[in-house]
Amino acid sequence: MTETTETPIRRGVPLWAQIIIWVGLLALLVMVGVTLMKRQEGTIQPGDVIPDFSLPLFSGYEYAGQSEVKLSDFRGKVVVINFWASWCKPCEQEAAELQEAWEYYEPTGQVVFLGADYVDTEPEARVYLQKYGITFPNGPDMGTRISQLFRIQGVPETYFVDKTGVLRYVQVGPFSSLGQIQAQIDLLLAE
Amino acid sequence: MLAEFGYGVLLVTFLLALYSVGASVYGYYNKSASMVESARRSMLLTFPLLSIAALSLISLLVNGDFNVQFVYEVTSRSMPAYLKVTAWWGGQAGSLLFWSWLMSAFASLVTLRKWDRDQEFLPWVIVVASVTLAFFLALNIFFENPFARLYQTFDGNIAAYTLAPANSTPIVPADGRGLNPLLRHPGMIIHPPMLYLGFVSYVIPFAFAIAALVTGRTDDRWIRITRRWSLWAWLFLSFGLVLGGRWAYDVLGWGGYWGWDPVEIAAFMPWLTGTAFLHSVMIQEKRGMLKQWNMVLIILTYALVIFGTFLTRSGVLSSVHAFAQSAIGPSFFVFIGVTFVTSIALLIHRWEDLKAEAEMKSMLSREALFLLNNLLFMSVLVVSFWGVIFPLISELFTGQKVTVGPPFYERANSPLFAALMFLMAIAPLSAWGHSTIQTLGRAIWKPTIAALAITVAIFFTYTRNWIALIGFFLVALVILVTLYEFWRGARARQKTQGENFFTALSHLTGKNRRRYGGYVIHISMMLMAIGILGIELFQNETQGTIQVNQSLELQGYKLVYKDIAQWDDASTGVNYTRATIEVYKGGQLVTELHPRTDYYYEAQQNMTIPGVRSTMADDVYVLLVDWEPASAVGATFKLYVNPLVNWLWVGSLLFLVGVIIAAWPEKDPERVTVRATRSARQTSAAD
Amino acid sequence: MKTNLRFTFFVLLLVLAGLLVAPVSAQGAQPPTDDDVNAIAKELYCPVCENTPLDVCATQACAQWRDLIRLKLSQGETESQIKQYFVENYGARVLNEPPREGLNWLAYLVPPVIILAGAVFLVRALRMMKKPVAAVPAEGPRVEAPADDYIARLEEEVKKQK
Repeated sequence: MTETTETPIRRGVPLWAQIIIWVGLLALLVMVGVTLMKRQEGTIQPGDVIPDFSLPLFSGYEYAGQSEVKLSDFRGKVVVINFWASWCKPCEQEAAELQEAWEYYEPTGQVVFLGADYVDTEPEARVYLQKYGITFPNGPDMGTRISQLFRIQGVPETYFVDKTGVLRYVQVGPFSSLGQIQAQIDLLLAE
Repeated sequence: MLAEFGYGVLLVTFLLALYSVGASVYGYYNKSASMVESARRSMLLTFPLLSIAALSLISLLVNGDFNVQFVYEVTSRSMPAYLKVTAWWGGQAGSLLFWSWLMSAFASLVTLRKWDRDQEFLPWVIVVASVTLAFFLALNIFFENPFARLYQTFDGNIAAYTLAPANSTPIVPADGRGLNPLLRHPGMIIHPPMLYLGFVSYVIPFAFAIAALVTGRTDDRWIRITRRWSLWAWLFLSFGLVLGGRWAYDVLGWGGYWGWDPVEIAAFMPWLTGTAFLHSVMIQEKRGMLKQWNMVLIILTYALVIFGTFLTRSGVLSSVHAFAQSAIGPSFFVFIGVTFVTSIALLIHRWEDLKAEAEMKSMLSREALFLLNNLLFMSVLVVSFWGVIFPLISELFTGQKVTVGPPFYERANSPLFAALMFLMAIAPLSAWGHSTIQTLGRAIWKPTIAALAITVAIFFTYTRNWIALIGFFLVALVILVTLYEFWRGARARQKTQGENFFTALSHLTGKNRRRYGGYVIHISMMLMAIGILGIELFQNETQGTIQVNQSLELQGYKLVYKDIAQWDDASTGVNYTRATIEVYKGGQLVTELHPRTDYYYEAQQNMTIPGVRSTMADDVYVLLVDWEPASAVGATFKLYVNPLVNWLWVGSLLFLVGVIIAAWPEKDPERVTVRATRSARQTSAAD
Repeated sequence: MKTNLRFTFFVLLLVLAGLLVAPVSAQGAQPPTDDDVNAIAKELYCPVCENTPLDVCATQACAQWRDLIRLKLSQGETESQIKQYFVENYGARVLNEPPREGLNWLAYLVPPVIILAGAVFLVRALRMMKKPVAAVPAEGPRVEAPADDYIARLEEEVKKQK
């Protein structure tokens, strides 16, 4: 197999082409690999510090007159963040218990319950909230930003944050009893 | 017992595959023919062994041993036996075993051929096939064991284990979850096997390509050996895609056949490079050119097959088709990394050895046009690949999730497909080695005029939509040019052989199967294009809630809601709601349709089955929509009129005919290799 | 008498005018049809499901979103307003194409750039493979009428096969 080029130099693939090919392949593998790792990650775990976020609240479900709250507003208090949706059947199983827990802890002023409505419509959300007589601060997770922060895998999920802003407990799925909720909060209040 | 036996067989097969790899490599480097023969035999053994493992799994499925996790997940008591068999590929673990079984079948088939002239390829073909087989078996053995049983452990958790953990009790559910209702349709039964057949058969040409690179036998021997493999692989893959479209149309209830979903595209991408490869190898055979490019194409095809399989099964992409998230992702990722890097490194190493001597005579020669064909297919690939990857990139760098949907792909790919159609009209008229504007012009002006005439007729009778008109013009041009080729060839034979026209035609095709089979395939693609143009550009839909004896109207059709029935079928565990619709056109009753919704109790899932009336002119497609509960008081129907869509399915049948013609074995297969003349005037009328 | 007639005439004219105007405003009061809702839902993706367009999605959540579209349509919102609302509430993934801003421009620009680069590469490769000018005259006599040429080739082939 003779070459028709004038000089028999083995040029091979030019360097610039090799660089592009290998860099391109590396970039692809890195991106896919990192995405794979992210998918396997699951929710944020106890011990993680949660970045600050702001939650706009439905009118009628404000906190201390504010229609938008930030997580950092509640430093020094125990924060319970509950992700739910009106179209979520399992959420209904824990709705009453959550409200009971809120009524129990609200007078202490040491605990804040925040409801983040995940990918929902306001009219339907209000119907749900009224049905279970929910009074703790509730608002839509606009653009799914907050749920992406927490990397929720579904609804309902509840996150318990201690007084220093560190996540301490993750509840995936509905609570089975009021006692379960109280146990977690009491633990964090005692610190 | 049977499950443990099946798992044991998998383990043995895995070890045999590893042994094949080792023995082949050792045999090659130590020039030991006996070691290579030993590797070949062990490769051959994998097929009967995997058949036994498969039969074990099927037996477990059919007998409903719900203690086995896979059986629990994909079967249930109410399923008929044949469906339980097809449940083999109805879930991740089983379908991986199916993949492996096919891989061992094809590897065995290839090792059974006569190897006298190609002894040096054999070890490396065995290596590539065995490595791929070993990988898929490893997925089954270490991550997704189809034979794993359910146990409840000490702490109350129930999970599947290969070996019973200490202090655990076996769990035997009373009934299985049952196959996803969507997977119980005939089209869905053969769509995955057909796709897997396509994917797996591409491993063989890839194996030969790697063998050629490693051994340095970089002439086109590897292409000639795998010519038929590549064609059949391409057929299976094409059919897998068409069946997927047909199934979506029949059963998924959105009036369409292709949604540009990432998993659909993952199967489409190897088809693109496979088609480019099909054409480009002809250039290598005829002119000895493009050896480097053909290597790139076959490596890309294999890479896209593996990458597509990975994307579908790893949960990386957001898709309606995706399997549930699985632990196989990371190992798949490593396998991809290793195979990509090895293939590319090998290719770069041998790059200079693949240099060709022939030159391009003219920009309009068939080689040049085939290269343009390749550029266009690669362009569609770039668009499709980027559209699939971009959401990943967006999420990684901005945290924002985006969707890349149909408008993106359609806008970019439509002009590319139009250009490909135009090429299909010109390339048959261009000669190998040389063509000029004059020769092409002279050949094409008559079909062009005829195609224009047809387009004008369409303009006055059917549509003014300019995109459709361009599309129909191109379709007409390609069909006319291709038929013209048949006619010219047959007439030439008539003159020289004195045969009558039809004998001439059949002999012409018989003596040039690849070319004329290819032409039939081109015509079939144009028929499919008619269907696609019709449904994409002229689909009409309407939806409304109507009472009994009220009607919905669309495009000249009037659909009257006559009746509704609802009943439970205890044997299948389904609640059926079935409406009766009378279809009128121009005041005349045309037919009665029965759209229905099937609610599967155990899966808690609804299937909407449309009532369809099909003609070549259009489909009247009506769905019982369940936005509101249906009753005699009011039911919501969605009505589609899909013009010309059946040309798509008719075209795919003709496609099958074309591939069979093209792939039918020549009486004298070795004759083809003798005519490897490199003369400047080489033009060949007979393939 | 005459003033009476004129007066009646003007009243009738007013009533007629009122009748003409009335259907226009009555049209605005008609509830949006399923087709109107579907036309917009077709272009949106279900925010929770995996890659499912909103008009075919069967879940309860999707039904709520379609009702929301219907509500907004009846309030007179336009398609782009409704889409904007969905993006604000549920993120950019509900659109069927990445919105043209920031990094997303790459989605639209990268393929044409690569394809163009491929075309340039192809043209250069073809040129490199093309034989130098000296050989061109030799190809003159080969430019025959294609039909005869074709038949000549075919005859040659047929003879070989016999």
